[in-house]
Amino acid sequence: MSGVPVLCVENLSKQYGDLKVLKNISFKVKKGDKMVFIGPSGTGKSTLLRCINQLTKPDAGNVYLNGEEIVHSGHKINEYRQKMGMVFQNFNLFDHLTAVRNVELALLKVKKMDKAEARKKAMFELERVGMADRADYYPAQLSGGQAQRVSIARALAMDPEIMLFDEPTSALDPELKREVMEVMRKLAEQGMTCIVVTHEMKFATSFASEIFLMEKGEVIEHGVPADIPTSPDFKRMREFMGAYTEE
Amino acid sequence: MLESLTVVTDSLGYLLGGVLVTLELVSAALLLGFILGILLVVGQVYGPKPVRGFVAVYVWFFRGLPNLILLFLFYFVFLPTLPVFLIAVIVLGMRSAAYQSQIFRGVIENLSEGQTLAARSLGMTNWQTIKHIIIPQTLRLALPSWANEYPVLLTDSAVASAIGVTELLTRTGFRVAATGNAMALYLACAVIFILLNYGGMLLIQKIEERIRIPGFGNNECDQI
Repeated sequence: MSGVPVLCVENLSKQYGDLKVLKNISFKVKKGDKMVFIGPSGTGKSTLLRCINQLTKPDAGNVYLNGEEIVHSGHKINEYRQKMGMVFQNFNLFDHLTAVRNVELALLKVKKMDKAEARKKAMFELERVGMADRADYYPAQLSGGQAQRVSIARALAMDPEIMLFDEPTSALDPELKREVMEVMRKLAEQGMTCIVVTHEMKFATSFASEIFLMEKGEVIEHGVPADIPTSPDFKRMREFMGAYTEE
Repeated sequence: MLESLTVVTDSLGYLLGGVLVTLELVSAALLLGFILGILLVVGQVYGPKPVRGFVAVYVWFFRGLPNLILLFLFYFVFLPTLPVFLIAVIVLGMRSAAYQSQIFRGVIENLSEGQTLAARSLGMTNWQTIKHIIIPQTLRLALPSWANEYPVLLTDSAVASAIGVTELLTRTGFRVAATGNAMALYLACAVIFILLNYGGMLLIQKIEERIRIPGFGNNECDQI
């Protein structure tokens, strides 16, 4: 059962004007996989995540979630999106709602849970990311790391089958990065399937079950992180990572 | 002096009847403008092309004509059979909606795109996103600018006297005709308008404080 792909991306392409942002990206994600995408800025990594959950419509290619094609699913996309939790670089918490209201809103309005059940679930998810004691705080009253953990709880509350992390630590200082990365590691240990876009090289290599290097809209190298130091297939990856660690 | 004071005190009860009409007119027009303003801005920002076109024409029409002309157009041409009070509510409300919609539009266009992306990523429909995220945020952020609509409508409401609505200014005019003491009565009318303005702004300020959210909008950020 674990061999069946949860997500299948086939020849995904996206173009803005003359600029080809994604060129025929294909990969498969099995349950429990931790796929990490790295690469220079502006190379299409975030667009790739948004094309997976259709926040951005791809120009060509298909995305299959548990074997169901979702690019042309019309209104049903809202059901599929619930199964693909997304965490954004800038957290994107709803600024007018407290942490717990942020987490329970979609449970009430999308999943149509009753109030008590939604609150219980929201508190459970906040507890899971260590934010239960900040449940009644508004986003502006939270540090960046806390806000990001709440946004992870918000995505988890929908019981997704896969989590998409779009540079979740880019807006955070080193100490706050650590607390978010710890939450992500815990999730991975619990078996959550993850696709992560990041510039944190150490985290990428220690977290990933498979790592992808993207450049100019293409995956140019990919494989298991253990092979990076020695494999001839990871020449460019080593250069790219070296540039980061020298900084 | 004493004579003027007597005229004013004698007229006060009658004028306060006009205050009631003015307040009813302004409240009804403000509410109509608010509801219609939200519908217009949703149509303008999220609607299909024909709806956006309709809203543009609507706003252009109601902001482009003076209140008095609009009142006469509705009184003589569009709605000649309706009671004058209702006509005044409709005209002032529809005109206010044009202005209110543009206040809301300015706010919506400055909301972070991330709020919408986050809502859609959770499986919310476009409408759920507008209803639960965009509108609540817009209303809170728009309140300081929106508050200006009250004094504008309050002073504009006096124009309803032109079609015979017996609001404060109309009643003041009647008393002036009856007593001949224009100075004292119009002064009293002005004081009442100022008090109504002050009271309304105080109420709006209270609402603003009540719905205030830490770090959201113009108030200070209570970052930890």
